[in-house]
Amino acid sequence: MTHPAAFLRALGRPVLDFTGTAGAMFLFFLGGLRSIGTTSKIWRRSLQQIYLIGHKSLFLILLIGIFCGMVLGLQGYYTLVKFGSVGMLGSAVSLTLIRELGPVLTAIMLTGRAGSSITAEIGVMRISDQIDALDVMDINSMAYLVSPRLVAAVISFPLLTAIFDVIGIIGGYLTGVLMLGINEGAYFYRIASSVTAADVGGGFCKAVVFALIVATVCCYQGYFTHKRRDSVGPAAVGNATTSAVVISCILILAADYVLTSFLL
Amino acid sequence: MNTAWNIAFEQLTLGYGSRTILKDITATLPAGKMSVILGGSGCGKSTLLKHIIGLHRPQSGILRLAGQDLFALPAREFRRMRRHMGMLFQDGALLGALTLAQNVALPLSENTSLSARVLREAALATLDLVGLADFGDYYPNELSGGMRKRAGLARAIITEPSVLLCDEPTSGLDPITAAQMDQLLLDMHDRFSGMTTVVVSHDLESVRRIADQVLVLRDGAAIFCGTYAELARSRDPYLSQFLHREADEQRRMAHSARNPAVRAALDAWLNR
Repeated sequence: MTHPAAFLRALGRPVLDFTGTAGAMFLFFLGGLRSIGTTSKIWRRSLQQIYLIGHKSLFLILLIGIFCGMVLGLQGYYTLVKFGSVGMLGSAVSLTLIRELGPVLTAIMLTGRAGSSITAEIGVMRISDQIDALDVMDINSMAYLVSPRLVAAVISFPLLTAIFDVIGIIGGYLTGVLMLGINEGAYFYRIASSVTAADVGGGFCKAVVFALIVATVCCYQGYFTHKRRDSVGPAAVGNATTSAVVISCILILAADYVLTSFLL
Repeated sequence: MNTAWNIAFEQLTLGYGSRTILKDITATLPAGKMSVILGGSGCGKSTLLKHIIGLHRPQSGILRLAGQDLFALPAREFRRMRRHMGMLFQDGALLGALTLAQNVALPLSENTSLSARVLREAALATLDLVGLADFGDYYPNELSGGMRKRAGLARAIITEPSVLLCDEPTSGLDPITAAQMDQLLLDMHDRFSGMTTVVVSHDLESVRRIADQVLVLRDGAAIFCGTYAELARSRDPYLSQFLHREADEQRRMAHSARNPAVRAALDAWLNR
């Protein structure tokens, strides 16, 4: 039989590690926010990051959005037809996208597309002394690397979420109206009558929170690549990137549950 | 402030976390001279350099720069002090996303409000000093290792530092390029008179060419501090072995006394 002290020790170690890392990440996030005001070049760097995070992810978001909307249209139609309420398809597709799938899928896609590249880039900079070089040149590495990415994520995520929502609704239109023959007027009337400003605002609120989570986690994992205990050098960059994507996705889903509880 | 930028170690113990790498180092690197920190691989040369520039805090002891205890200074003073220092990292540590001119201008572009035109001119003029004036628009990954090191040197000297630290500037370079790098360091040292230069190296030829003073590290301790001529005259067995590039006898024997199982497997594989 396992000794209670050994059990507590085995349980306590990961809990302490988790809380320690969570606290360090939160302080890192605050440091990134505080550094926004320390440089006059923040907007120029943020624009570069908006291009990398936002513009370069646009095609992916359009692609995922259209297929997601088409699947929703298809699934929704065959579910609603059982209850004789296919006219509600517009409501089902739009509310599902705007409240839930839009912010969550956009954030997860951006984690894979942009977040992983943020971690890898900062991680490589760390292991090749580039971050040390910034410190030596009296350049605030947080203001140079982290703050612009936080700003860019907060601007890009809601915009891409909005694009995802609109393209998803068009995807639902393609399957529901053009393929399965639902009345076009009914589809759009249901969207207009069921979607409220609170739904849209809630979706954007989620997108901003997810943006802060993804930017913080991905920058943190890259910035502290050299402190990983499981590996060093290039392997540490790989592991940091994997950790960034996994932790971001878990936190996105956990935050989604918490936010939905408050928003409903 | 004392303007003589000498560097003094007083009972300095350095390491990372709980691991001690150098213990009780006491030595002075004189102001305005070219000092070389010499020692075998992994003896803590780069660690000492990173502590001098303030990237890590010592475990104990005092590190004085221009007479001031560097790590007892308030954060603002510490940063002000560090602005007088420049560092050439082992592989240049140039930012991959920036061109060479942007990299060299970085300390000025981030800390001053000079116009883009002035910054570029300053960067190209500094690149010219290291023989890279025609490579301003190249990215670091388009250059050879030696060129990256020279560009790193240009970035380190663009602010005309009082203290220049160089981490293995000739490692991985062919003899001709290494000699050019040494000459470049000497030229820079002459050009910025009064600049204290500290070079980490294990290249003996390079040490002979450039050193005013040599500090030798071994097994976590400073075992010699003096001129190269004094080092060459030393009768210390390790220094003699180091200077004459002799292999460690014990390690040579250990290598020859290979595990028979490994030898048999290796032979079988080689003859397959």
